[in-house]
This record gives sequence, C-alpha cells and structure tokens, in this order.
Amino acid sequence: MTHPAILSTVEAFGETTHLVDPAQIVQLCGHLKDEVGFNRLSAVTAVDWHPAEPRFEVVYHLHSIASDGRTSKRLRLKCKLTEDQPQIDSITGVWRGANWYEREVFDMFGIRFRNHPNLIRILMPLDWEGYPLRKDYPVHGYKYSYQKE
Amino acid sequence: MAKALEDHVATVPAPSVEPAGPSAPRRMTLNMGPQHPSTHGVLRIMLELEGETIVFAEPDIGFLHTGIEKQCEKENWQQAVTLTDRVDYLANLSNNLVYALAVEKLLQIEIPPQAQWMRVMLAECSRLNSHLVWLGTHALDIGAMSVFFYCFREREDILRIFEMFSGQRMMTSYIRIGGLALEPPRGWQTVIGKFIRAFPSKVDEYENLLDSNPIWKRRTQGVGFIALEDMLDMGVTGPMIRAAGLPWDIRKSEPYSSYDKFDFNVATRSENDVYSRYRVRLQEMRESAKIITQALEGMPEGPWQANAPHVVLPDREKMKTQMEALIYHFKIVTEGFRVPEGEVYQAVESPRGEIAYYVVSNGTSHPYRVHMRTPSFGNLQALPVMLQGEMIADSIAALGSMDFVLGDTDR
Repeated sequence: MTHPAILSTVEAFGETTHLVDPAQIVQLCGHLKDEVGFNRLSAVTAVDWHPAEPRFEVVYHLHSIASDGRTSKRLRLKCKLTEDQPQIDSITGVWRGANWYEREVFDMFGIRFRNHPNLIRILMPLDWEGYPLRKDYPVHGYKYSYQKE
Repeated sequence: MAKALEDHVATVPAPSVEPAGPSAPRRMTLNMGPQHPSTHGVLRIMLELEGETIVFAEPDIGFLHTGIEKQCEKENWQQAVTLTDRVDYLANLSNNLVYALAVEKLLQIEIPPQAQWMRVMLAECSRLNSHLVWLGTHALDIGAMSVFFYCFREREDILRIFEMFSGQRMMTSYIRIGGLALEPPRGWQTVIGKFIRAFPSKVDEYENLLDSNPIWKRRTQGVGFIALEDMLDMGVTGPMIRAAGLPWDIRKSEPYSSYDKFDFNVATRSENDVYSRYRVRLQEMRESAKIITQALEGMPEGPWQANAPHVVLPDREKMKTQMEALIYHFKIVTEGFRVPEGEVYQAVESPRGEIAYYVVSNGTSHPYRVHMRTPSFGNLQALPVMLQGEMIADSIAALGSMDFVLGDTDR
C-alpha cells in the first residue's frame, strides 16, 4: 500500500508494519478506516527506546473484520517521537475507542496527544509524578527505590 | 504539589455545567464504587442522574493497577508467564496462552500437536470457569441467588482439574513458552471425561433455573442496548459483540493453536441486550464442552514440549547423563534464553473478548516491552455509551452483562 504518510514498510512474522510520519497520522488513519476498511482500532501503545533518539515509538494496531466475521486483517502503524517533543495528534476523531488507550500512553510514557478530549491520567493517581513505563523509571518506583537507602 | 498536578494533568476541559434554572430538572451526581458489590472489584463509576435516569456515566479505573507490564520487563522471558496469570484472574490459561504464542512466534519454534491440543482443552476449561463465575455473580446481582451455588459447584470441578494438571487452582502458569509446564497427569482422561459428560446437562439446569424465572427475563430483556457501530468504534469485543449479531470469533477468524481442527459454532444473537449476552455465553459454554470432548477423544500422542533445547528445560535424566543437556539447563536457569529481535502482536479469544499481547524483543533474555491489550479495558470504555438513558437499577444488569474483570482492566 502506498500513501504519502507512509515512510517505510516492514514485513516480519507475517505482520505488516508501516512507519508513519507523525504529522499525518490522523489523515492516514482516516484514509485506512474509510477507504481500506480497517473498521476497528485494536490498541494504541508506545515503546521507549531510551537512550536512543528518536526515543519514543507510538504503536497503533488496526484491525479489519468483514461483516461475516470470518476474514480479518491486522496492520501496525508506528510513529517515532523525539524526547523533547513527545507530542502527536490524537486519533480519537477517527476511532472514539482511542480515547482510553491514548490516556494510558500519556499516563505511562508522558506522550501528549493534541486535541484529545480528556487527556488525564487513567491508571495512576492524578497527582503521580513521573511516567512509570519509561525505561529510566525504576521498577520499584522512586518512592520505594532501594537506591535511596 | 499544585504545580506538579498542573504539569501532569495536561488538558482537562471544564465540564459543561448547564445553569440550573427553575425549569431545568435537578441533577444529582452519584458515586458508585469503588467498593460497590456489583462492580465485582474496584471500579468507580460517577453517575449523573436526572431522577432515576442516567444522563452521564464516567468510569474511573486504576484502583487495581499493579504495574504488570513494567514487571514483565524485569523478569526473564519464561518468568513473565507467571505474571500473565495475574492479569485476568478468571481466565489465567488464556493469558498464558497468548503470551506463549507471541514469544514462540518470535522464537519461531514449533509446538507439538499434543501440547497444542492440551492448550486448547485447558483454555476452554478456563472459558467455562470464567463464564460460570460470570453467570453466578451476574444472576446474584439481579437477585437470583441459587444460580450462584449451582455455578460454583461446577467451577469447583474445573479448579480441581487445574490443580491436578498444574498443582494450582487459579494461578496455574501451566502453559509455558515451548509447551506445557509439566507432563499431563496420569488419568486426566478419566477426570475430564467424567466432568465433561455431565456438564451439558448442568448448563440445561442453569437455563431452566433462569429462563423459567419471569423476574430474570424482565430485568434483562431490552436492557443495556448499545449499537454495533458504537461497539466497533469503541473497541468492544467478545460475547458482547456477538450478541449484537457480528459472528466474529478469533478462534475462527485467526485460528491459533490448532483451533482450526475443532468443529464448533460461533454463538450469536441479534437482540443486543443483557438477555442476549446471557444466551450467547450459555451457548458458548455448550460449544466449549464440545471442543473439550473432541480434544479428549482425539488427543494426539507425542511429546508435550517443543524440540528446542535452548528454550525448554531438559529432561532430568538427560541432564544427569549428557553434557549438552547440562549446559542448556545451566544457561536456561541462570540467565534464561534469548529471543531474537523483533515485535509481534498475537491475539486470542479470551472469555471476555480479544486479548492481544504486543511483545517487543531487543535480543536479550528479558522482554523489552509487553503490552497487554485486554478485553475488559476495551469493553469498559463503552460503558458511558451503554448506560446513557438507562434507569439506575438497570445499570447493575448492564454492568454485569459486560463481564469485566478489574485485574484485566487495570493490569
């Protein structure tokens, strides 16, 4: 598949991954939903490649189901984000289900989603400091870290 | 602290509060949970009510967040299996299975037929377990108490089966990367055979108990509607979406672990209410029983672990007599095995819907990232849409029909 937003494509383990220009993610998702038939968003997540740069990868898993439920197709989109600009447009306008997944990515990685209707922490307490799934965040958290003792 | 809060709560739009004029109906905000018995765990829902009608509902999750994804990054590949049990504590084997399948895809190892069939059989047992707990507690919420005792009677049998296989009743960790944790116990055929021959009649029993109960029907029929388009848009999966008429089951659409060798039907209904979800799950229990019977009768002979000495612990006897086996044993026990670089997304059909693990490896003996796309998280997201316009008493029935597990939601 070709689209101006797709920078490169990788096929591995029978799965297709498109590396996407972060500025055009909403446009591409709209195209994939309306014209290619990816009617479902399975999940949104992120990977932290600290200390490499660009540090973050936002990963979208798209899914298309035929109305008979028998045939389905999956697609992975990836956007690379740098450490000092961890921001990307929200795709809640395309799939409403992206709402909680983007909140979770914000909660765990500190990646901000522009135009998100309610971007607040979802799993951690609202006043939590730090982003737990970042690689420079200790497994036991700062509060209970053994390094302090 | 205020600064930190401002910094971490990026953008919260001010809630649109309508001016309460003399003609405006008085609204009340009701806080349901996190210790409400019908939320089955620690779920908090903020309900905005107009009289007894729900105008707006907002679920608040995270009370059971245990950081399992972060812990997975610290454990080695095989150790992380024990964490996947804790995600969805009613369908442990489905979680073990999806993780094992994802890592095996990265390792590109072949699983022998007996292990695959055994996995299918036990995953179906865990589906029965989950549906039985759901049925019992859902009926209990609505006021039909006796069903609970009947369901837990059969659930006890299933837990005994799990105990016989793995030594554990709930956190089995029986499905491991490369096959199974232990050899199937002697005489398992007798125990499973006895259970599965009796089980279909037990399902009829639940059906009689509930369907002959007019209160049950009045409480469930026509309640908890949510359009199929909304469900697809919000990420709802599993029995919920099948009760809306879409016959989508990952066991059929993307068969894994030799599900394509089994003959079963996808249960669907079209009414899309609490009652139809109950009917779908009841039918699924019957179909699962069919699958278990087929697995019991056609269980292939052969090894129960893959022929992959760098992943699977060697036989005790070999370890004591062969040097290579001893070296592999030492390597696997001390540092774990390495998984080649790559990323996979593996989905399976759990009792609640699509459970999918996104596993990233950077070539070391620890997972680099494990993301768990859990069905309860996706399903619960649609709760505001489902509850809008419902009566507050019906919200209990509607909530129950979603069959969420808070451990699965918060991870």
